[in-house]
Amino acid sequence: MQPITLHSFDGGIHPQENKHQSTQTAIAPLPLPAQLVIPVGQHIGAPADVIVAVGDLVLKGQVIAQPKGFVSAAVHAPSSGKIVAIEQRELPHSSGLEGTCVIIDTDGQDQWLEDIANGSREISDYLEADNDVLVNRIRDCGITGMGGAGFPTSVKMAVKDKQIDTLIINAAECEPYITADDMLMRERAIAAMHGIQILMKLTSADNCLIGIEDNKPEAIKAMEDALHSVHGEHHITVVTVPTKYPSGGEKQLIKILTGKEVPSGGIPSAIGIVCQNVGTCEAIYRAVAEGKPLISRITTITGESVEQPQNVEVLIGTPVKHLLAFAGFKQEKSLFQKLLGSFNASSNSESESKPRLIMGGPMMGFTLSSDELPILKSSNCILAPSQKELPANDIASACIRCGLCTEACPADLLPQQLYWFSKAGELDKAEQHNIADCIECGACSYVCPSEIPLVQYYRHAKGAIKEERATQLKSDRSRVRFEARQDRLDREAAEKEAKRQARAATAEKAQAAKKAAALAQQKEAAEEAAKNGDPANPDSGPPDSGSAESKAPEPIDLEKLQKQLDAAQAGLKKSMDKIAELKAEAENSDDPAAPIENIEVFEKAVATRRDKVKLLAQQITEAKKLAPPVKKEITRDDIEKKLRAQQDRIDKTQQRFQLAQEQGSETLPALQKGLDKQMQKLKELEADLAQFDKAGA
Amino acid sequence: MSSILIAIVLLATLAIIFGAILGFAAVRFKVEGNPIVDQIDHLLPQTQCGQCSYPGCKPYAEAIAAGEKINKCPPGGESTIIALADLLGVDPEPLDAEHGAENEGPMVALIREDECIGCTKCIQACPIDAIMGAAKQMHTVIADECTGCDLCVEPCPVDCIDMVPIETTVQNWHWDKPANLIATSKEAH
Repeated sequence: MQPITLHSFDGGIHPQENKHQSTQTAIAPLPLPAQLVIPVGQHIGAPADVIVAVGDLVLKGQVIAQPKGFVSAAVHAPSSGKIVAIEQRELPHSSGLEGTCVIIDTDGQDQWLEDIANGSREISDYLEADNDVLVNRIRDCGITGMGGAGFPTSVKMAVKDKQIDTLIINAAECEPYITADDMLMRERAIAAMHGIQILMKLTSADNCLIGIEDNKPEAIKAMEDALHSVHGEHHITVVTVPTKYPSGGEKQLIKILTGKEVPSGGIPSAIGIVCQNVGTCEAIYRAVAEGKPLISRITTITGESVEQPQNVEVLIGTPVKHLLAFAGFKQEKSLFQKLLGSFNASSNSESESKPRLIMGGPMMGFTLSSDELPILKSSNCILAPSQKELPANDIASACIRCGLCTEACPADLLPQQLYWFSKAGELDKAEQHNIADCIECGACSYVCPSEIPLVQYYRHAKGAIKEERATQLKSDRSRVRFEARQDRLDREAAEKEAKRQARAATAEKAQAAKKAAALAQQKEAAEEAAKNGDPANPDSGPPDSGSAESKAPEPIDLEKLQKQLDAAQAGLKKSMDKIAELKAEAENSDDPAAPIENIEVFEKAVATRRDKVKLLAQQITEAKKLAPPVKKEITRDDIEKKLRAQQDRIDKTQQRFQLAQEQGSETLPALQKGLDKQMQKLKELEADLAQFDKAGA
Repeated sequence: MSSILIAIVLLATLAIIFGAILGFAAVRFKVEGNPIVDQIDHLLPQTQCGQCSYPGCKPYAEAIAAGEKINKCPPGGESTIIALADLLGVDPEPLDAEHGAENEGPMVALIREDECIGCTKCIQACPIDAIMGAAKQMHTVIADECTGCDLCVEPCPVDCIDMVPIETTVQNWHWDKPANLIATSKEAH
């Protein structure tokens, strides 16, 4: 194995370590607390869905909340007992906001879920197991990053947009006071190493670097021993890195170990690296090999206000109060509280009774508002400092532009610029100066001689930028929706208008057709009138047959004229067809002059034929005027024939009527009507016959 | 004399050439629509509430581009006015109280669902189609899309729509700005 060349990141600070206080004793198991308060949203991502009800009895390791969505993690009962409440409680979070918590009254039995107790969940041959099985197990066991941020580990393992070549195990633990990982490596190095093997398999990384700061010689030794005991892992290397805060920052550790820089705004996998906390490795091993979910962790309880600083194995959900009692917390009536009281009158009485507690380390931790708050999966330290040890922030002085913050910044940012922009609310400029790359390590605040709470400004600005982004995104979406709705309304209006117009058009057409019909009727009437020899008055009704009867008959003449007229009309049509033909020819031919003459000839012919037709028509009408209409003789036989036919029809109708009556058909009334009409007609015919007979007689 | 003529001819030729280029560019690279309207529209909060007396943010943006005042948007408040003033190079004005006061925080409409009679009036009023439902079926607001514009509250015949502030959760919370204290103000305490 070639030696690893160490690199360094710019900036960084060397605060007093204060780690020795809590490493004097072994990890102690904490006595079971009477009540556990388990928030369902302990991780980054969506809070888990509670799947138990008040009054349920749960066993140790039983799932009490299922992950909701992809970026989420399950939550398990840390001990056996009864669910006494599922309610909103204050969370150990810098916001001090409330969130859903499951409250369990422990029964003291600490009884494991059966299939965990009898070992049926163990995967002993995990190095041969399917990756999906392992990732699902990690997800089911609710493993989240135990270094502080609490990102669900299964998500980190499942998302593979790029080939991973290096797995980096973060065991630097650079923040002062915290020794949880140090103690874990000293006592559980083998388990952690097995966890690393599982991660190597999952990420299919070529090599693994375990970065440990040189202030933890015992841990380094333990890990090296563990590495020797695990055979065939030549690509895992324990690397000792110089102590400097914040070498445990993900991007900083990557820079130290590989010399590579994670691109701004990117994640380590963009350069083929995955980073995991060493505590997470141990939790993964327990989840896979023993089937045990993440229900406890090692937490450092330290600070001058506790009598026995130490590391304890604490159940998730244990109230901090319980932890403090175990470590021997002594309330300090300090100058700090008097001071705090003097310039914060409203919290005077409260601050006297409340212990000063920090969850996490002195650099990146946050103050707890009460000792009732529970330990989370990511709570690596409870710090109870004395006033002398960690003085409360004084009121900030004005920035003297000394530039110390810029020298200290491990992310190569310009803290002073960022401070001005954040303070003035110039978020776009802060963004241009890459405020998003700030890791909030607090190095700038630490070195600031004016004690300006720089990180607070950056956190505010980052949050405000995030909020602004979300608002912008939402407003963009609203714009799209508004425009889509507007389009839809316009389209609907257009469709309605089109329909209305179509209806109007059909109505108009119907109107026109009616008019045309009326006109045609008039014309017909007029023609009829003309045929009957009354061209001057087309509106006069049908010609009086009586007057025609008086004229002398000229039947031969009329027939002849009619024949002539037909012939003339046929000729006219022929000529017109010929003209059309010639015209088409003329259009198609290149030399249009030739057929035009012919057309003229034909047109002349048409004109003469038209005249002839007109003349003939006139003659016919004149002849008709003289000729009497042929009156057909009606014989008695005709009438009798009609009568018989009518009788037959009536018989048939009656048959149908009876059939319909039998079947109860709906057509009955219609048939009845038809029958009545036919009877009427029959009577009329009978009357006609009688009249004829009378006339004949 | 001839040198003056040459200069004149040369300049005239150049003028014609560049004129032609400009003319071509004006036609070829013509910008569709008015870009300033889009820029203004981008700054408006897109609540589509109509409090400015225009039927939506885009129409108000068009009106601003045509010379309307920039202080008629209560949901956007001071920050929007300042942003618009920045963009248009005019002086920011205080919010015109005639169009309503600035909201205290983001709101979202909430239908009390057991009281809803399914009249669809709120659905028709919603400018961004953020209410789901059908005639004689219960309606509900898509909270993620609701802009809190208030327009659905008034048409509801049974007054079952409330405007509720969006709750701060651990997920959307962010740090406050540190109190603006400097050392010289120490004596004040």
